[in-house]
Amino acid sequence: MPGGEVPAVVRCRTAVCLLDRFPALAGVDLDAATGEIVLLSGANGAGKTTLLRLLAGLVPLYSGEAIVLGHDLAVDRRSARRDLALVGHETFCYDDLTVRENLHFAARAAGREADDADTALERLGLARQADVVHRRLSMGQRRRLAVAVALSRDPRLLLLDEPHAGLDADGREFLDAVVRAAPSESRTVLLASHELDHARALATREVVITAGQAELGPRIEPVGDATDATDRGVA
Amino acid sequence: MTLWREVWLVAGKDLRIEARTRVTAQQIIPFGLIVLLLFAFALDPDRGILRRVAPGLFWVTVLLAALLAVSRSFGIEADNGARDGLRLSGLDGPALFLGKAAAIALQLLVLEVVLAATVVLVYGIELNTLVPLVLATLAATVGVAATGTLYGVLAAGVRVRETLVPVLLLPVVAPVLLGATRAWEAAIDGIPSDAWPWVALLAVFALLFTAIGMLAFGPLLEEA
Repeated sequence: MPGGEVPAVVRCRTAVCLLDRFPALAGVDLDAATGEIVLLSGANGAGKTTLLRLLAGLVPLYSGEAIVLGHDLAVDRRSARRDLALVGHETFCYDDLTVRENLHFAARAAGREADDADTALERLGLARQADVVHRRLSMGQRRRLAVAVALSRDPRLLLLDEPHAGLDADGREFLDAVVRAAPSESRTVLLASHELDHARALATREVVITAGQAELGPRIEPVGDATDATDRGVA
Repeated sequence: MTLWREVWLVAGKDLRIEARTRVTAQQIIPFGLIVLLLFAFALDPDRGILRRVAPGLFWVTVLLAALLAVSRSFGIEADNGARDGLRLSGLDGPALFLGKAAAIALQLLVLEVVLAATVVLVYGIELNTLVPLVLATLAATVGVAATGTLYGVLAAGVRVRETLVPVLLLPVVAPVLLGATRAWEAAIDGIPSDAWPWVALLAVFALLFTAIGMLAFGPLLEEA
């Protein structure tokens, strides 16, 4: 790479998203490089969830630029999806499929093997619930399953929206381990959270979302091999 | 992953959910049987009328029951953000369309076998010429499943999905009702030569809406 520059996994420039004609994102600038763990902080309604959904290609870009894993979202919202995963407020799972069946479906849809799903199942401590249907899981177990579904796809970009919500202590430890391992697995993580003390301990950089715009947050000492990009001039 | 593996993945997922919840067995098939029996009660005074109109009644019943199957197929994508999960899955639009349509078609075929047996027993008709009858049934089933899947995803993001799908779908599948009814009448009357033009119409309809669905399903899912 010329000059040792790390390729951007996410690059947004004045990205605008409209939800029912309301500018949920009003000109976001954001870069994230391979192996970074970026904390997105901000008040309720600031636009964190919309930003993650934009990067996942679930909401359209109205104007500006948004490039994810080399794919321009203004032109193509679908191509990046095979290499990313979103853990959102919902699990994206089927109530009448078991934990194992939901995981196998997600992994195979992403072109992975069932073994990848079984590995994620073990890693998130869901082996005992493998044959339990989704509708019978507790809230915390559902959150674990959502993370396992994301990991079963072995994504290069992991988008986490309030992932700690509803998790017990063990679940938080599992999740924290997954996030901390991201740099060594060349995985980029964008983490939206209100649990700032907890999330800052995981992140290499913080971006504050305010009224649909991104600002530089407090500098966080990098962990692992992640690149500190607080001096790039954009959030 | 090849197209057909993706199709089987999606169809297998829907059929596995169906096998676990038994909505077709416990709700859609009983609904179809009730409709057929209600027609029989209404027209009982003259069983000759029942025999003459049996093909039409059969296909009207299939179409009504198909509305439930389509609604169910997209209902399972409405909970827990599963529709977003389908979009994030990375599966291609044609594979999603063919997978969901195949699952609906298989459920409709099971329904049609049960309803056909009921028509024979209750309405007293004889199914003499089986080849055109079976081919017409297969083509009509594919056509209904394809149009149902297409209009199902069109209405998927709408809050009034359950009531919108019948309004959108029934006018579009009118040619299926007409063609399948005429083909069945010809087959029952033992005049297969009269059935073939209608079988051809049903096949063209099925191919047309399968092609449209494969092209349109992905973009429609994005907007749902």
